[in-house]
Order: sequence, then structure tokens, then C-alpha cells
Amino acid sequence: MSYGSAGNALPLNNFRTTKTRYSGIFAWIFSTDHKRIGILYLISILSFTSVAIVIGLLMRLELIAPGETIVKPETYNALFTLHGVIMIFLFVVPGLQAIFGNFFLPILIGARDVAFPRLNLLSWWCYMIGAFMAVLALFTGGGAPDTGWTFYVPYSVRTSTNVSLAVLGVFVLGFSSILTGLNFVTTVHRMRAPGMSWFRIPLFVWASYSTSWIQILATPVLAITVLLVAFERLFAIGIFDPASGGDPLMYQHLFWIYSHPAVYIMILPAMGVVSEILPTFARKPIFGYKAIAFSSLAIAFFGYLVWGHHMFTSGMSDTARWIFSLLTFLVAIPSAIKVFNWVATLYKGAIQMSPALLFTMAFIFLFSIGGLTGLIQGALATSIHTHDTYFVVGHFHYIIFGGTGFAFIAALLYWFPKMYGRLYRMKPMYIGWGLMFVGFNALYFPMLILGWMGMPRRYYDYIPEFHFWHVVSTIGSWILVSGIILIAVEFFRARKHGEIAGDNPWGGVTLEWHVPSPPPHENFDVIPQVTWDTYDFEHGLPEKTAEGASHP
Amino acid sequence: MEKQATLPYGKYVMVWFGLLALTALTVTAASLHFGKWSVLAAIIIATVKSSLVVLYFMNMKYEEKIFKIMLAVAILTLMVIMVLTFADILFR
Repeated sequence: MSYGSAGNALPLNNFRTTKTRYSGIFAWIFSTDHKRIGILYLISILSFTSVAIVIGLLMRLELIAPGETIVKPETYNALFTLHGVIMIFLFVVPGLQAIFGNFFLPILIGARDVAFPRLNLLSWWCYMIGAFMAVLALFTGGGAPDTGWTFYVPYSVRTSTNVSLAVLGVFVLGFSSILTGLNFVTTVHRMRAPGMSWFRIPLFVWASYSTSWIQILATPVLAITVLLVAFERLFAIGIFDPASGGDPLMYQHLFWIYSHPAVYIMILPAMGVVSEILPTFARKPIFGYKAIAFSSLAIAFFGYLVWGHHMFTSGMSDTARWIFSLLTFLVAIPSAIKVFNWVATLYKGAIQMSPALLFTMAFIFLFSIGGLTGLIQGALATSIHTHDTYFVVGHFHYIIFGGTGFAFIAALLYWFPKMYGRLYRMKPMYIGWGLMFVGFNALYFPMLILGWMGMPRRYYDYIPEFHFWHVVSTIGSWILVSGIILIAVEFFRARKHGEIAGDNPWGGVTLEWHVPSPPPHENFDVIPQVTWDTYDFEHGLPEKTAEGASHP
Repeated sequence: MEKQATLPYGKYVMVWFGLLALTALTVTAASLHFGKWSVLAAIIIATVKSSLVVLYFMNMKYEEKIFKIMLAVAILTLMVIMVLTFADILFR
């Protein structure tokens, strides 16, 4: 199957060529167009991410042999903190929501923009300012923070490194997240096109909507918590630090009240992307639309009730431990509902292979491994054994990289022709996928084994028994990164020199495929009247709906 | 959504006096040493105060149903979080 061959020029009137009040870079950084803001997020987020990838590589290289290899222990502590802070707060939390949510959510519901375009621009500025503060913290004060991305007290209160500025950066980043959430909730409620009822909105929108609620309700808890850490450091107010009468467990509660739902901020939009890609390439409606939509809401809700499973060995009460363990098992249900529905969507579909679909299927596989290893830690007895080991690191990366990371690339592969109007070559993407899939498993599966053997997380050194699996893991990191580089280079080439994609290269039915690639400013000349169900390949294809419009 | 119910000033002033009275009650209650009930007392008074602010100063009493539901979701989430936290603190 070949895609593309749709003429040799991009539409003259697209959102990139629109004249605005400003020119040059200012036409982008002061733009209130949701698509331009989406692209701004794409560029800024990927820039930070590439730094964190390099740091990850350096960490793996350090661990290729016991003892000192390339960096000192203190540097290693700073490296894993930096890797975590950048990847979590600057990549996976805003990631899909800010980039693809911004670019596609209004188009998918048939709107011209988000409800509050200026607030949207402000949220990007908050992101940049927060990110700048976090980066500044590395080079000022007592040096790069060495606490890990969780900033646990009492250590984060006592370390001489520049934790205060880093947490203030996180505080500002929180505003970016809250504003985006607020914007999207309002947009979905108020700006849907006529006929776009709640059960016709695409599943990416449902996922994005659920995510937005978590952003609004959970992020303030993190904001106030990190602010209290800064106060504790500056004024010793005695709320967390036991030395001045505080309760360090209270910090862990507050931190995870945000940070567990935040895991769902990271994964829910990824699940939404998967639910968009599968029907398009299976050429049939998604199996169990309502089940997937409601399971997004259920995950968003249950996500609030399970934070205590991060604290099973912290000295929390037994009552709380079994309650949180039980609730943790419950959250597996809506996740499994999604997995079963995705697989059922492929069943008897007219499957058309594409790199986007391949990444999507890798998502389902890797996310399932991540989910099932999560249950091992959700059980109280086994959690004691695996707590604070590489097993947790392996599990987490299967969910967040194997899940969100792979879905992120799938989303970019799926929507790149719409965003840039051009197609990439399939071959480098397929090879890139192969390298990434092999490299990923070679990098992270040994972590599950090492953790089970007893290798503690965040350690700089280890005993000789662990050597073999560390070598495998490090070699895996090289294979993985070579795949990422191959894909990145092809995207970079294709954005200027790729074949012209045309409006609907994949034959999709959702509204973004009804507008030109790249879409014009304000998306639609006339707001569409939606008369077909989402993923209805019989009536929803752009040419069919155009026929319907001309013969009402 | 455009219909903005404006209350007579007198009502706002009354709510304000109510809030002042409740603040005085908070201070008094804090000096009474209720033991472990002091937290509960503080939470109850604070709830009444914030309800007054939300209902009258933020006009929630006269808003559309959808906003009331959204507010209820937020409050429910906060309550669930508090209850679960107390599952640790009360049984530790």
C-alpha cells in the first residue's frame, strides 16, 4: 500500500502562511492560533526531551560496569534527578495533551479554536518560564538538585543543592497544566459543532477531556506541596521536616495525591491516540465506543484513589495499606477494558499496515507488560520485595515510555501529514520501529530481572552478580537511541522535502481529515454539521459527507 | 448565561458580617483545646465560611446547573482525598 501522490503543492492558505500582526518568530510566540501553539509546544517539548535522552544514555553508560565509569557519584545523583524532572514535568505530563490536544482537539469537535485562545498562549509561556527556572536551578545556588524527581523530604529540605528554585519552576509549570485543562474542558462543553453530541466526539477528545479534569483538580495539590517544600527550606516552618516537628509522610501523601493522577495525565491522551489510530487502519468502527469513553472517566476518577500504593513501605498505617492495595487492583479494570476493546477493533478489520499502526500495536503490547508488572507491586506482599528496586524502574518505563512514548511517536506519525502537509518515507520509519522495539525491550526488560534479583534503584554502584544484565541494558539503550535518531531525522527531512500528503492520506473519517493539510487559519470555512457517528466508514468519509452536503 | 443576578448590597454586607463572626468563632474554638476534635471543628467552620463565599460572593447560588455539578465534582474529589488520608493518620 502506498500513500500520498496528491499533487505537488501545499494549499496556499494554511495556518503557517496566515498573515498576523507580528512577523518572524514573533508571529509564532505571540500567536493565539491553537495550531501554532501546538507546534510551539512540539518544538519546545522535543528540545527538552532530547536533552533528557542524552542524560539517560549517560546514566546507562555509567552503569555498564560496577564502580566509577564516566562520572562521579554526586554527578550521577544530579543526572537521574535531571532526567526524571525533564522527562516527567517537561515531556510526558504536557506532551500529548499540549501538542496534539492543542492542535487537534478543536478540529476534532468542529471548532475554530479553543474557548480561551489567549489563555492558551499564556499556558505556553508559563511552560517556558517554568522550564527556564528548572534549568536555571542546575547552574545556580548549590548546584543541580540531587533528590530525584520526587523531591522527598527530609532530604530535599536538607540538601545544599538548589532545590528551592527547581520546585518553584515546577510550581510555575503547574499553572501551564491547569490553564490547558481549564481551556479544554470549556472547549469541549461549549464549542462542539452542531450534531457533535457527547457520544459522537472522537475518543481522543474523551481522553483529553478526562485528562483536563485531572489537570484542574490534582495540579493545585502539587503546586501547594512544592511551595511548602520551598517554605520549609527557607523558613523552617516545620510542616514536613521531623527535626522541626513536621511529618515527612504528609509530604509523601501530598506529593502522590498529585503525582499518581499525573501518571494518568501522561497515559490517558496516549490511550486516546490509540483509539483514533486503530479504527483508521482497521477500516472499521472502534469496538465498544462507550466502554472506552467511560473507562477514560473511570481511570481519571480511580486515579485519585490509589496514590497510597507508592507508600506501602513508608510506615503508613496497615488499614490504609490494604485499602490502597484494593483500590489499586480496581484501577486495572478500566485499563483492561480498553486493551480488550482495542484488540477487538482489529479483529476482522481490513487492516492496512503503517508505521503509526505498528507503534500503536507496540503500545498495546508494552503497556500490557507495564500494567501487569504494576499489579505485582500493587499487591502488599510482593511490593515489599520489589519496592525501591529496578523492578519499579522497569515497570515505570514500560508504562511511560512503552506506553506514552510509543503512542507519542504513533501520534506524530499519524498526524504529521496533517500538521505539515507532507508525508515521510515509510521504510526508515519501519526500520526505526524495529530498532526501537528491540532496543526498548533489551534496555528495560533486564531492569525487571535485576529488580527481582534485588538491585536497588538510583544506585551508582552494584555487586558483580548484576553485571551481565546491566551490560545488556546499556547495549539496549544504544539500539533504542539509534532507532529514535533514524525516525527523528526522517521527520526532519519530511517536514520540508516530503511528498505532498493531501487532505486524507490514511482514509480517516474524523473531522481533521475533512480539512486541508495543513489546515487553514480557524480550520473550517463553514462550521460542519455532523450527521454521522464517529468512525462510521460508510457515511463519514470526507467525499461521502461532501456528497451528502451537496444532496441533502 | 448572560443573566447576572445582582444581589442587593445589604445581603453582601450581611454575608460579610457572617464571615467575620465565623472568623471570631475560629479563633475562640482554637483556644478551647478540643483535643483531637479541634481539627474537625476547624474544618466545619471553614466549610461554612467557604460555602458562604462560593454561594454569594462567587454567585454560585444563581449559576447554571452544569457549574454546580462541576463544583460538586471538585468538592467530592477533595473529600475522598481527605478521607483516604485519614485512613492512614487515624490508624497509624
